[in-house]
Amino acid sequence: MKFSEKWLREFVDPAIDTQALSHLLTMAGLEVEELDPVAAAFHGVVVAEVLSVAPHPDADRLRVCSVNAGGEPLQIVCGAPNVAVGMKVPCATVGASLPGIDIKRAKLRGVESNGMLCSARELGLSEDHGGLLALPGDAPVGTDIRHYLDLDDNAFVIKLTPNRADCFGMLGIAREVSALTGAPLCVPEIIAAPVTLTEVLPVSIEAADLCGRFSGRVVRGVNARAATPEWMKRRLERAGMRSISVLVDISNYVMLELNRPNHVFDLDRVKGGLTVRWAHEGEQLVLLNEQTITLTPDCGVIADETGVESFAGIMGGASTACSLDTRNVYVEAAFWQPDAIQGRARRYAFSSEAAHRFERGVDFADTVAGVERVTQLILELCGGEAGPMDDRITALPSREPVRLRPARVARVLGLPLGDYAIEACLQRMALHFARDGGDFVVQPPTWRFDLRIEEDLIEELARLHGYDNIPTHPPVGRLAMPELSEGRRSASNVRHLLADRDYQEVINFAFVERRWEKDFAGNDTPVVLANPIASQMSVMRSTLIGGLVDNVLTNRRRQLDRVRVFEIGRCFAHDAQAVPVPGFAQTLRIAGLAWGTAQAEQWGATARPTDFFDVKGDVEALVLPYQAVFAPTRHVALHPGRAASISLHGQVVGFIGELHPELVQRYELASAPLVFECDLEPLLGSAVPTYQTVSRQPAVRRDLALLLPRSTSLLQVLEGLRSASPAIVQDIALFDVYQGKGISDNEKSFAFRIVMQDTQRTLADAEVDATVDQLVMYAQREFGAKLRA
Amino acid sequence: MSDLEALVSQAEIDFSAAADAVALEQVKARFLGKSGSLTELLKGLGKLDPDARKIAGAAINTAKQRVEAALEARREALRNAALEARLAEESLDVTLPGRGHAKGGLHPVTRTLERIEALFRGIGFDVADGPEIETDFHNFTALNTPENHPARSMHDTFYLEGASDVMLRTHTSPIQVRYMQAHVARHAGAATMPEIRIIAPGRVYRVDSDATHSPMFHQVEGLWVGESVSFADLKGVVSDFLHRFFEADRLDVRFRPSFFPFTEPSAEIDVAFPSGPLAGRWLEIAGCGMVHPNVLRHCGIDAERHTGFAFGFGPDRLTMLRYGINDLRLFYDGDVRFLSQFR
Repeated sequence: MKFSEKWLREFVDPAIDTQALSHLLTMAGLEVEELDPVAAAFHGVVVAEVLSVAPHPDADRLRVCSVNAGGEPLQIVCGAPNVAVGMKVPCATVGASLPGIDIKRAKLRGVESNGMLCSARELGLSEDHGGLLALPGDAPVGTDIRHYLDLDDNAFVIKLTPNRADCFGMLGIAREVSALTGAPLCVPEIIAAPVTLTEVLPVSIEAADLCGRFSGRVVRGVNARAATPEWMKRRLERAGMRSISVLVDISNYVMLELNRPNHVFDLDRVKGGLTVRWAHEGEQLVLLNEQTITLTPDCGVIADETGVESFAGIMGGASTACSLDTRNVYVEAAFWQPDAIQGRARRYAFSSEAAHRFERGVDFADTVAGVERVTQLILELCGGEAGPMDDRITALPSREPVRLRPARVARVLGLPLGDYAIEACLQRMALHFARDGGDFVVQPPTWRFDLRIEEDLIEELARLHGYDNIPTHPPVGRLAMPELSEGRRSASNVRHLLADRDYQEVINFAFVERRWEKDFAGNDTPVVLANPIASQMSVMRSTLIGGLVDNVLTNRRRQLDRVRVFEIGRCFAHDAQAVPVPGFAQTLRIAGLAWGTAQAEQWGATARPTDFFDVKGDVEALVLPYQAVFAPTRHVALHPGRAASISLHGQVVGFIGELHPELVQRYELASAPLVFECDLEPLLGSAVPTYQTVSRQPAVRRDLALLLPRSTSLLQVLEGLRSASPAIVQDIALFDVYQGKGISDNEKSFAFRIVMQDTQRTLADAEVDATVDQLVMYAQREFGAKLRA
Repeated sequence: MSDLEALVSQAEIDFSAAADAVALEQVKARFLGKSGSLTELLKGLGKLDPDARKIAGAAINTAKQRVEAALEARREALRNAALEARLAEESLDVTLPGRGHAKGGLHPVTRTLERIEALFRGIGFDVADGPEIETDFHNFTALNTPENHPARSMHDTFYLEGASDVMLRTHTSPIQVRYMQAHVARHAGAATMPEIRIIAPGRVYRVDSDATHSPMFHQVEGLWVGESVSFADLKGVVSDFLHRFFEADRLDVRFRPSFFPFTEPSAEIDVAFPSGPLAGRWLEIAGCGMVHPNVLRHCGIDAERHTGFAFGFGPDRLTMLRYGINDLRLFYDGDVRFLSQFR
C-alpha cells in the first residue's frame, strides 16, 4: 500500500515528524518498506513560460530560449527536444540548487545561459528525461515549483499483512495512527447528493453467499471528458496509480480514500437490469484488462440481459466500461463475501485492487457512503444529476462480541496489563465494549475481519501497548534430563565421520532433471512436479547420485581435479503404503562420491586414482561397529564388474561401485567416480559394547597361503573357513592377495593369518597343526584350493 | 722412565690419529697386542732382579693403564662422532607437510543447524523431523490456513502431478502439527500432558528463485507448549538464542507485530548488529508468535489450559549473517572452493 504522507495528515495529524511516523507504523505492524520524498531536495526552481526559441549559432542540438520566470526575460540555453514557444516549464534560476548541480550564470558554447529548464528526472520526480517537464497552461509564472506541484511530501509504502485489509485505504491507516497516537481522526464529510432523478436500475441479487449488500444509483448527464484535477492526480500518482480518465480516477480515488472498492458502469451499455449471481459453467467475459476468461460456477458475476458484464468483486467487464463518450453511469458499491472472492483472481493468473481487498474483507457498513462519495465527486467534477440510492442487503457478516479476560491477557503476554490500561487501549482503538464481571465484552467494528477471538484482541492490546514494552525473560520450565541413547547415533555423527574422511558435505536441490533419474536410478516413473521452476528441476530425486555427479562437473569447470562430496537428503518415490504421507516414500539417504586421486596431491605419497576399495573402506568405517556385507550386484549407474550391494544385518541397505563407463562418457567426467548410497536410518543404529574376557594364554599365529580358482570370492572362502574352524580359532584375516607371475592365469592366491588361542590353557603344537590341516583340507574339498608353496 | 713416558705419549698421538674404530684397534695392537711394545716390556721384566722388577713393573703398569685410558677415551670420542654423524645424516626437513588424508567439512548451513541444535538442547529442546512432501492438511489447514485463505498466497507452493492434496512443504511448521498430534496420543489419559519443547530443522520449498530466494531453503521451527508459556517467555528464549548464536552481547533485537495464520499474537523478529558491514540496520530474521488456539485444537490440545509459542528461523540467512556470505545461491551450487571454507 503506497500513499502520500500529506494525504494521511489530512485525516490525522499527530505531532511527530515523518521518521517518527514511519517508526510508529512499523512497530505497530504496518511495516514501512519504503519511504521516499516525492521529489529530490532542491530549491530555486519556479514556473516559467518559454517566450521564444532560436537556434544556437554553434551547436545543432542546443536552442537559445527567452524565458519569463517572473521577472525580466532570461536567456537560457536548452538542449531538450520538446522545448517550444508558449510552453510552461520548471526553470532553475541562477542560485538554484538541484541534485548534483548548482545553477550559475554560464556560457554554453559561447552563449550566455541564466538558468536551466528542467526535466522530471532533474527534479527527482521520476525517471523521465525524454524532455522538459511540461506544466499545465494555467501554471502561474514565477511560482516556486515545490509549492505549485506540492512537492514537500513523502511517499510511504507499507507492507500490509493479510489480516489488515482495513488499512488498504487512507481512512484505515488514519484510524490506526489515531489509535496509536491519540491524535483526532478527521474523516471527510460525505454529503448525500441531491436526488433529482427518479430512475432506479433494476437489480436482483440471486446469491446471498456471493453478495451480502449491493448499493447503487444512476447518475445522468456526466461529462466524461472533464479533466481530473491536479490534486486528485497527484494523490493517485503518489499511491502508485496512473490517472486514466476522470470517471476511472474518481472510482480509484474513493477506493484509496475510504478503502471502498466501487464500480462505475456505462449505463447506456447495460441492457435491462443487473443480476448478481454465480456464473454458469463456460460463460465468457472480456475483462477491463482485455483478458478473456471462461468462468466456472464458483465465480460470482454481475450480468445484464445480454450476459455477464463483470467479474463480481474482482474486475469489471470491457463491454460496460466507461469511456470518454460516456454520458450516463451507474455507480455501484457492494459487499462481496470474502470466501466468494478468495483465490478466484489467482486462478486466472491476475490480481486486482478490488479482489485484493474483497478477499480479505471490506467494511460492509459503508457501501452507501462509498456510492455517495463517488456521486459527490462526479457531480462536482463532471456535472450530472443523481437518482435515488438503491441499497439492498441480503446477508451481512455477523460480528459476535468477543470476551476479553484480563487474567488471560496476563497469561498470554506474560504481563499483567490491568483493567485501566486495557480500557484505555480499547477506547483509543474505538472498540466498543461492555463490562461483564471482570471481563470486557468487545464489539468488533464492521471494518475489522481479524478480531474474532480473545487472542486477536490480546494482540491488539500488545500492539498498542508496544511489543517493546512486554518483558523479555528467560522462561521457567521443568528440568528433566533428555534421553541419551547409546544404542543410537545421530545423523550429525555420520556427517562428521565422512567429513573426517575427506568428504565435503553438499546440499543439492531435491528436484532434478528427469534424465538424471533415468541415468542414475533407472527410474522412468519419478515423482513429478506440477509447477517446476525450470525443466532441469522438474522431478523429485530418488537418488542423490545425480546431484553428486553434477557437483563433479561444477568443480571440474572450476579447475578442480579431485572432488570428494557427500550429501544426506530425502529421496522420493511413489509408494501407496508410505508413512506418514501415503503415496510417497521419502527416505533419508546418504551418498558419497570420490573422483580423482585417492589422496590430495602430496610429496609423501604416490598419486594414484581412487579405487573401489578406498571408498569401500569409507563405507566400512561408516557402519562400524557393525560389519556390512558386500556382494556383487547389478546397478544401472554402475560398472557391472565393480558394483556391490551393501547389506547390514541381513538387509540390503545400499550400493557402492564405480560409475558406469557409459555415464562417465555421457557426462564428460574424464575418469570414473566411485559412489555409494545407503539408507541413513540403518546407519544410525549403534551397539552398546559388552565386555568379553581377554585371554591370558599365549596366542599362536599361523599363516596359510591358498591357491584358488580366480573366480572364487573372498567372502565365500572366509565364511567357509570360519564355519569350519574349531573354537580355538579366534580370527582368520586376509593379509595378502596375489595374481600374476609364478601362478597360473586362472588362479589367485589368498594369504590368511590364523590366530588360535584358548582362554584356559596353552595350546599344544599338535593341536595347532591339526587345526591348520583341517582348514586346508576343508578349502581343498570346498573350493579346490591348493596349498601355495 | 722417559722411554715409558715417550711410549704413552706416542700411544696418545697414535690413538688420536686413528680415524675410525678399525684403525684404532690396529693401533691398539701396536701397544697392547701380543707383541705390542707394552706387552714386550712386561715380558722383559722377568730378566730383572726382584727389586728392580718391582719398580719397573709398577711403572710399566701405570703406563699401560694410561695407554688403556687413552684408548678408551678415543673409543668414546669415535663412538660419539659416529652417533653425531648418524643423527646429522638422519635429520629431516620438519617443515614438510604431514602425510596422509586431508579432512573434508560440513556444509555451512549444517554448521549453523548444529549450533542451533546445541543451543536449544541446552534448554531442554528435543529435535523433531517430518516429511518434505506434505499433505495440504498439515502444511496449511491444521495451521489455520484453510483453502483460499489469502495467507496462502504468501507461500508460492510446489505441487505434484496427479496428486491434489499434497505439496512440497512450504515451511517447517507442519512438523509442529505432527509432533503435537503424536505427543497428545502418547500422553492420552494422563492427568497432565508433559510440556512440548522442540525444534524442527529441515528443507522447505517455494516457487521463487533469485539472488535472495532459493526454490529450496532451510527453516528451523521452534515450539514450546505448556501450561504457563507466555509472549514474554518467547521474547526471552528468542533473544537469548540470537545473542548466543551470534556471540554478541550487544546485538539489538526487536519484536514487531506481524501476521501468521497459525500464531496470535504474531511478531517478526529483527536484529541490528553493533558493528560490521550491516551495523545499525534492522534485519528481518524470523517470524514468531503465540500458537493460535485453532492450531492447538486441531492437534487435540486444550487451548484454554495450554498456551505455547512458536518461531521459525531461516538458517540460510543466519549463516549468511554469521559468516558474511552475500549470495544465497552459493549454498546450493556445490562449489567446493566455497564450501571448504567452513571446515
